[in-house]
Amino acid sequence: MQPFRFDLCELPGETEGLREEIRAFLAEELKHVPKVTRAQTWSGSDTEFSRKMGAKGWIGMTWPKKYGGHERSFFDRYVMLEEMLAAGAPVGAHWIGDRQSGPLLLRFGTEEQRQKILPRVAKGECYFCIGMSEPDSGSDLAATRTRADKVDGGYKVNGTKLWTSGAHTAHYMIALFRTDSAPEAKHSGLTQFLVDLKNTDGITIRPIKDLAGNAHFNEVVFEDAFVPDGMLVGTEGGGWGQVTAELAFERSGPERYLSSFMLMVEMIRELEKRGGDGAVEIGRLVAHLVTLRQMSLSVAGMLEKGENPALEASVVKDLGAIFEQDMPVRAHELLGMAPTVGEGNDYEQVLGYLTQTVPSFSLRGGTREILRGIIARGLGLR
Amino acid sequence: MNELQTILSDSVNGLLSERVTKALVQKAEEGEFPAALWNEVEANGLTRVLVPEEQGGAGGTWADAAIVLKAAGEHVAPLPLAEALLANWFLVQAGIEVPDGITTLLDGDFTLEGGKLSGEAPHAPYGRHAAHGVAIVKGEVALVALEAAKIDPGINVAREPRDRVTLKAAPATAKKASLPGNAMKLYGALIRACQMAGALGYLSTQSVAYANERTQFGKPIGKFQAIQQQLAVLSTQAAACGVITDHACAQADKRGSDAAFEIAAAKIRVDDASSIATSIAHQVHGAIGFTYEHGLHFATRRLWSWRAEFGAGRDWAETLGRETIAAGADALWPHVTAR
Repeated sequence: MQPFRFDLCELPGETEGLREEIRAFLAEELKHVPKVTRAQTWSGSDTEFSRKMGAKGWIGMTWPKKYGGHERSFFDRYVMLEEMLAAGAPVGAHWIGDRQSGPLLLRFGTEEQRQKILPRVAKGECYFCIGMSEPDSGSDLAATRTRADKVDGGYKVNGTKLWTSGAHTAHYMIALFRTDSAPEAKHSGLTQFLVDLKNTDGITIRPIKDLAGNAHFNEVVFEDAFVPDGMLVGTEGGGWGQVTAELAFERSGPERYLSSFMLMVEMIRELEKRGGDGAVEIGRLVAHLVTLRQMSLSVAGMLEKGENPALEASVVKDLGAIFEQDMPVRAHELLGMAPTVGEGNDYEQVLGYLTQTVPSFSLRGGTREILRGIIARGLGLR
Repeated sequence: MNELQTILSDSVNGLLSERVTKALVQKAEEGEFPAALWNEVEANGLTRVLVPEEQGGAGGTWADAAIVLKAAGEHVAPLPLAEALLANWFLVQAGIEVPDGITTLLDGDFTLEGGKLSGEAPHAPYGRHAAHGVAIVKGEVALVALEAAKIDPGINVAREPRDRVTLKAAPATAKKASLPGNAMKLYGALIRACQMAGALGYLSTQSVAYANERTQFGKPIGKFQAIQQQLAVLSTQAAACGVITDHACAQADKRGSDAAFEIAAAKIRVDDASSIATSIAHQVHGAIGFTYEHGLHFATRRLWSWRAEFGAGRDWAETLGRETIAAGADALWPHVTAR
């Protein structure tokens, strides 16, 4: 028997009203946004847009009302996510807080942390980044070395976090620090903290340009940065388990197969002009798209039921990344047009952006090899 | 699973896992039809899942049928179970009484004149063993006894009988049914896709089991990352096929033949997965999996045959792609989310 369970999950009919509302909103908001900008989807950031989404009640949709949430279903949230992604809305500013850090605080945060932070996240005013990777700790996350040493009233932090997406705009980092350096405490010596990036001395954030010249991620250096006791998240030494739970959220959403969707759409637009060439290739892509959506919906169904879809999420993310990364390859084979930067038609520019971006899709949020290792463990091989 | 699905699953998996032995499949490939097993399959009602209860069936849905179809693929049952299940459903659509015994699908060019069926099905599954055949001619479902048919035996790569069945003015029971013009190919693709999803699940579990048993360099080969990564890929492909075939069946229940979109997607997806999965399964099994003695090939040869039956993935992809391009770039997302 396969260790995964993908039960079909049909979105309830009442989500359709929300879908229409979101489509109307996006048609207006994105009217003048170029396709190449839209192609960034959840890597694209626009704080004004995030505030508008907050005002619409589309951030923290499933959270309790007392923390600024809207107590809607995971299905409503799923519809919101897939509509935003398919349209290429600039949801990047609030994305991490909505997807990951908010749910983490709901689960492990203190009452004070929740009350202070979550309502602002839900308004689209407060943004998060994730401090996991380090110079010597990438896939081997438990090799985290950035230390949080106990001092009076809090912790003194020293070390470096790397590849921290959005650290330059975020208000808070959810950081994984080492609170016990004993060799036997590799996993049990890790603790999660909330770090106030805007009001803490001893933190230096330096942008790192990616290969396309964009600066989405950063190096964040901590030099005797003081983090108060009240900013510890969950339990001291419980960081590993908390991070693992958090990664299930990070890996489960429709963003794990829709990141190249804009290119698929523009490819079809090009083919329309060519009178039906490329039908076989497009048909294949549609079949994979439909399959991935059903798998992704199945994971959403598990979340709605309160089940843990960690393994299933890894399966969808692995297959989704293949699909996303394959898109520029298919486009190139089919149309042979040169990818462009700053000129050319929508298709050429979107191709230019995604050709350069897709290598990151099987790195971010757990590499392909790590995910397959998780799947292999699920299969009983390790 | 609902109650009927649990009963069906227990029944079909219990029967086939016990009775479809390597020896039985091997004998079938040598031409010895497992008639006793077939009789039990029929006695358990497995060919009548889609037949209403008042006509002696289970009154099931395509979602229920998927369980039987997948099991037939998973256990490499050398029987025309999927074909009979579909043939019986066609008969039900036309209000024709479902006969006992093997009824196969006659996919080919046929004409109906004055209640007489003429024409040829070049690759009728198990044609030589079938008592009846079902053809679809211009919206009419035709049931015909095959005793007077000319049968030229043939096989596919899996050595399943694929016989040329030629009929000349054979008396048929024919009635109009509300089915699309390509019903034979469309629903044929659905049953094959489900069988293939089952066979792919088997490839995954079998390959994992083998990797845990086979020792090289002092440890089971499944302990090597190179093998683990390959098996992870195989399992995800199988998982994807399980989902899309379930989805296609659910949509067939919901939309009837308007589920052509999902059925096409399913056949395309399992075709793609078959190429990846058969390659990995054989690589993991090494030389032993390439022998006739080892049973792996019963599944892989079926997948290589089935992926081209009732429309290869590329054929369905061409249809789906044409429709997608014709509808226009901006119609894709609304279409996908409306289903």
